[in-house]
Amino acid sequence: MKAFADLYARLDATTSSNAKLAALQDYFRVASHADAAWAVFFLAGGRPRQLVPTKLLRELAIQASGLSEWLFEESYQAVGDLAETISLLLPQSESRSTEGLATWVEDKLLPLRGVPPGELVPRLLPLLNQLDRRSQLVCIKLITGSFRVGVSKLLVTRALSALLNIDAKRIAQRLVGYTDLAARPTAEHFLRLIALASAEAEDERDPGQPYPFFLAHPLQIAITDFDAQLGPPDRWQIEWKWDGIRAQLVKRNGQLWIWSRGEELVTERFPELSVLADHVPDGTVLDGEIVAWKEGIVQPFALLQQRIGRKSLSKKILENVPVAMLAYDLLEANGEDSRQQIQSVRRARLEQIVSECAQPQLRISPLLRGESWQDFERQRKNSRDLGVEGLMLKNKDAHYGVGRTKDVGIWWKWKIEPYSVDAVLIYAQRGHGRRASLYTDFTFAVWDISDTTERKLVPFAKAYSGLTDAEMREVDAIVRQHTIEKFGPVRSVTPTMVFELGFEGIARSTRHKSGVAVRFPRMLRWRHDKPVIEADTLATLFALLPDRVGEPLASQIGAEAVS
Amino acid sequence: MDLIVARSEGLYCPQGNFYIDPWRPVDRAVITHGHSDHARHGHNHYLTTVSGAPILRKRLGEDIQLDTLDYGKSILHHGVKLSLHAAGHVLGSAQVRLEYRGEVWVASGDYKLEDDGTCAPFEHVRCHTFISESTFGLPIYRWQPQAELFADINSWWRGNAANNRTSVLFCYAFGKAQRLLSGLNPGNGTILTHGAVEPLNDIYRAAGVPLPSTRRVGDVTDVSQIRKSIVLAPPSAQGTSWMKRFGDYADGFASGWMQVRGRRRRRGVDRGFVVSDHADWPGLLRAINASGAERVFVTHGQVNVMVRWLTEQGLDARSFATEYGDEEEAALTDASRPSASSAEPA
Repeated sequence: MKAFADLYARLDATTSSNAKLAALQDYFRVASHADAAWAVFFLAGGRPRQLVPTKLLRELAIQASGLSEWLFEESYQAVGDLAETISLLLPQSESRSTEGLATWVEDKLLPLRGVPPGELVPRLLPLLNQLDRRSQLVCIKLITGSFRVGVSKLLVTRALSALLNIDAKRIAQRLVGYTDLAARPTAEHFLRLIALASAEAEDERDPGQPYPFFLAHPLQIAITDFDAQLGPPDRWQIEWKWDGIRAQLVKRNGQLWIWSRGEELVTERFPELSVLADHVPDGTVLDGEIVAWKEGIVQPFALLQQRIGRKSLSKKILENVPVAMLAYDLLEANGEDSRQQIQSVRRARLEQIVSECAQPQLRISPLLRGESWQDFERQRKNSRDLGVEGLMLKNKDAHYGVGRTKDVGIWWKWKIEPYSVDAVLIYAQRGHGRRASLYTDFTFAVWDISDTTERKLVPFAKAYSGLTDAEMREVDAIVRQHTIEKFGPVRSVTPTMVFELGFEGIARSTRHKSGVAVRFPRMLRWRHDKPVIEADTLATLFALLPDRVGEPLASQIGAEAVS
Repeated sequence: MDLIVARSEGLYCPQGNFYIDPWRPVDRAVITHGHSDHARHGHNHYLTTVSGAPILRKRLGEDIQLDTLDYGKSILHHGVKLSLHAAGHVLGSAQVRLEYRGEVWVASGDYKLEDDGTCAPFEHVRCHTFISESTFGLPIYRWQPQAELFADINSWWRGNAANNRTSVLFCYAFGKAQRLLSGLNPGNGTILTHGAVEPLNDIYRAAGVPLPSTRRVGDVTDVSQIRKSIVLAPPSAQGTSWMKRFGDYADGFASGWMQVRGRRRRRGVDRGFVVSDHADWPGLLRAINASGAERVFVTHGQVNVMVRWLTEQGLDARSFATEYGDEEEAALTDASRPSASSAEPA
């Protein structure tokens, strides 16, 4: 555990990719295969479900440190990270466990799941007492499922590739699905990951194994530069950017698997797609988007959200939010990897497969037509009405790459501008992570002018991202100087600051005082130039509500989808 | 009978008609130590310790009207018996003990309990009322023993030197830098200092504090030597063009605030070393307890937290509002503030 905690500390301490690569290689050079198997799992984003409730961990820390609850809370507010707070407060003992990560996870931590709450503290405390502070921090993060450190799956792949001299693409391929929740990585898994010979190892792979997703880059150039930088539009395959769940559909050996972009197996969550097992030919892997689909129309993401994350899907939910997969790429056909074929060739075969399948749950993501980039710009402007997020531009010569790469061709996401309103900062709370102890988590309000005698500020969104470090410190100082009242960790602030807030979506909500809920709110800029009185109103927000999302799209999809 | 009250100019002793670390110009000021938020310009008469005097003169000017007092010696002023006692914070730092008609008050200024070898170690002084700082007044602040800390710093330096990377350690020029210096292993390589640090080293050396030999950055031109050295520089040097000469250097920051990971990351250095010249939470509680005081006034730092905790422990705890910086400012005076030279070292 200590070696892994030290690795975490090294990774956490630097922003340099080379330093991180060196740290990873140093770790994997000496780690046992069993430990390495778990290390890859956690570093690549694998997370077992929470083993111990957070509330219990707080109780444990309070009990072991002999502090009162309020003092624990004060400490937590200053640190901004629960696991770290606990590790800083637990008494330090001299005993040090020498056991590795695998032993810790398998023999000590995973068995904690399901232990009755009354027995958890007496079991957990002696465990934590065997660890130094750094290992305690990591251990608690593993327990709560909040372990995260600044490395990507790609970086782990590169480290192993360089260390063991194996093709990085091969490791990336083998790594897909490795972090699935149900997985229990073992030394054998790790050995398979780094095996030299290709054929034998590949034969042993799980028949449901998907491919690494190819990810798009944001397109951030002016429309006037499109021709110069992208060439004419006919070099590109252009589609809508769907607002759903990116997924791979794998059909092999008569069986169907569906993988999410997070490489989680989600087959069971979409029972209405299971019928495709009888229609999609064996040895086929499709890439596409799962969307809520009703009466030939794509539904708002908010609707799909209602069934994501549910363990059991009631009949009612299935009726209210049926889904379909909009396919846009073909990664395997007749059992052959087709990713090295060019986009246009893959597309032609994809259209054929989808059409022969002839099932309403599997549709093709239609191609958009246009003469010029201006044409596409006009179509993109309709995105919101159509319930999509903008356009995707896929190089017709592109191979299907691994991750967010540009080496074998490119996919651009040309997203619509976010919604934006000017809102007033009215509450602040201290932040987490690198914003610890600074007042950086804000609640924003707009004016309610329905009562003509008295304007009121109504809170409608919380946001914490979008400011530079310097702005963060400046706002923090203003919050401290202009606090009206403190409610626990929250301060109400004299309304003086106006920010332009951006968000991706807006929906009616009965749970919010303002009557609306917004998606992904963040600060776009600080409106120093705007007095509070000129901030936007609730009426501005309501005017943004999409009342008939998706309808105009119906005709378009209806015409082309089941081609 | 209150021997010390808070006035808009600073902490004031009405019986003796003098101030302790006042923040506005006054006639008579007793100065606990030379950090800029405690030792300010503009007073008519200064009183500080013998070892603190050169620092005051260096910072406030040779022409200030300055009296000195040895640790433990007392003087009588308007019937108030005043003596200075080591605070263990930086060279020359003192607690101020006041005695009047059998009543004893101690204003501790900034203090640290662990003996670091670069200044007189903290002395526990019994009193009826104790005035304590609270910079690190949260239980998350518990310092590791000095020996471990220096082992970490020296091994970081050694590792960098082995890779031919200069180690740049950012630290406050007065106090922190000398304490670090005293723990560095000169066997690792050359110790280089920034121009802001060296004059204070000279004062320490003149006071008889053993420090390893140092060289000014500008005086060393041999690149291979620079690559194996450690550089002590004030935080204000971070990100300036002065740093370019070190090429691909490794950097660290030495401060008590580095205890919290988020602050460490915000600081944007490779390593954060938790080194403070203030008492940690157990240290604050130990000092307060050992003073035997029934009444405690808490100043600058985590005032509300300390007052509430001490009250729960059965003490008569109150607060003094001071301008040494408080919890509201802590986030700014911490390592992340760009104008760190004026901020209080921690």
